Amino acid sequence: MAFFDWFLSPLAYPFMARALLASLMVGVVCSVLGTYVILQGMAFFGDALSHAILPGIVLAFLAGWPLAVGALLFGVLAAVGIGILSEREEIREDTAIGIVFAGSFALGVALLSTTGSYATDLAHILFGNVLGVSQEELWLIFGLGLLVLGVIVALYKEFLVLAFDPTLAVVLRLPRSLLRYLQLVLIAVTIVVSLQTVGVALMLAMLVTPATTASLLTKRLPSMMLVAGLVGALSNLTGLYLSFYYNIASGPAMVLVSTLVFLLVFLFEPKRGILWQRIRGQQQ
Amino acid sequence: MPSFFHHPPVHPPNAPTIELDRVSVAYSDRPALEDISFQLRKGERVAVVGPNGAGKSTLFNVIVGTIKPSSGKVRIYGSGPAEHTCIGYVPQRNKIDWRFPATVWDVVMMGRTARIGYLRRPGRLDRQMVEQALVEAQAEDLARRQIGELSGGQQQRVFLARALAQEAEVLLLDEPLTGLDTPSQEAVLAILDGLGARGIGILVATHDLGQAAQMYDRILLLNRRLIADGPPSQLLTSQMLSRAYGSHLHILPTPDATVALADECCSDEEMGEGLELVG
Repeated sequence: MAFFDWFLSPLAYPFMARALLASLMVGVVCSVLGTYVILQGMAFFGDALSHAILPGIVLAFLAGWPLAVGALLFGVLAAVGIGILSEREEIREDTAIGIVFAGSFALGVALLSTTGSYATDLAHILFGNVLGVSQEELWLIFGLGLLVLGVIVALYKEFLVLAFDPTLAVVLRLPRSLLRYLQLVLIAVTIVVSLQTVGVALMLAMLVTPATTASLLTKRLPSMMLVAGLVGALSNLTGLYLSFYYNIASGPAMVLVSTLVFLLVFLFEPKRGILWQRIRGQQQ
Repeated sequence: MPSFFHHPPVHPPNAPTIELDRVSVAYSDRPALEDISFQLRKGERVAVVGPNGAGKSTLFNVIVGTIKPSSGKVRIYGSGPAEHTCIGYVPQRNKIDWRFPATVWDVVMMGRTARIGYLRRPGRLDRQMVEQALVEAQAEDLARRQIGELSGGQQQRVFLARALAQEAEVLLLDEPLTGLDTPSQEAVLAILDGLGARGIGILVATHDLGQAAQMYDRILLLNRRLIADGPPSQLLTSQMLSRAYGSHLHILPTPDATVALADECCSDEEMGEGLELVG
């Protein structure tokens, strides 16, 4: 009973109930989309994109718009910008990402430094504050989150081909560039959805860590997505409660939990875990 | 962009499967292919032979559609390639991420993607096609394996099965036997024979002249330009070979046969090129 009490009593606070729902949704969306991020080696891109939206957030804040609108605008701009820069053969894609990432982030910080409450705002944007999610923001998180999941399900076959073997996508005459840009936009939307929960600086962990844990436990994409979603949701849930009871910042708490889960699986997973491999290695 | 549900274009009965009309490709001003023209008729089995850097992989990329020709035209069954899904290709094995979370069944089913169409799930016909393709490629007992658990020969057979599930009418294979042991090579060759008997055309890139001469009806000798195009007996003259291979090849006439020695081989660099996405 003590556990139920531990679990249920915080939910009497409306802000905590909203935070719980937001954390679960963000955990699922980030982790499921994250499977494609890690399978296609787009981790750096995800990290860059989450930093590149900063000017959008600040501008929206200064103009009094919903932050998500500005973030989405700059997310898509940065995604397309990186795409266009790297289509030219002289610039490698990771270089293009680096330029857009750093330049855009600098612009964001510069804009923010002109406002009054620079330090507090920067901390919120960098690390999120899930306990401050408003009712409207919760609706936005669920609306956009379900949209992203819907697109992933609807275009499952096509995204699978693109991730596994892009040349096959050409052979099958799938609209490769369109699908690729759609993926970038999905990542941008997911970042916007998660902004309030984990913030810019730790976004990458949400995208990458639960999906990587799942990749150690599964051998087909649908099960990988399922496990990733579960791990992401449970990590965020646990992190949220740790945050509530021990007064740790919520974003870092969630990321620490999912990192711990990853380490445990990495060490102890029966078939591929490092520990068992060592033990088997010594027996031979 | 393809229509919402895929409708493969009608194939005129007498049109060549693949036709290249004065195709040239240049990578930032360096010519990779110059003025290539040839036709592939239905069911033909053709080897593209040439030294490293001759443009074999570029040629395949142009046919597949990952590279646009700088000039000239590629036609499939007489029309532009945009809607045709009848070209199957078997990737070089080092181009594939073998840790990818997919089973053999999943990979072969990928070949059905265009036929299934958007927003639909595979139906009974698709599952039948996948099963049939696996049987034909002697891979039916591998269906549930994760692709990382396969041997080299098995990997090759799985991609053959994928092209069959795709209902490909011509197969492009880039160095399909590189790195395989002899039994695996023979298994792959036997499957290719079976495809040939069913009227599926084959275009193979290889550096192995001897094998090309034995296995294929026709050889295209390539060294940036198309040096020669004809049946093996006609092409394998020392004059032709030295035009293709230049100083890298030494022709030694012996009493029994003509021996051709290449002074570079193909493993490392050859593995490095291959079907590749550019841009």
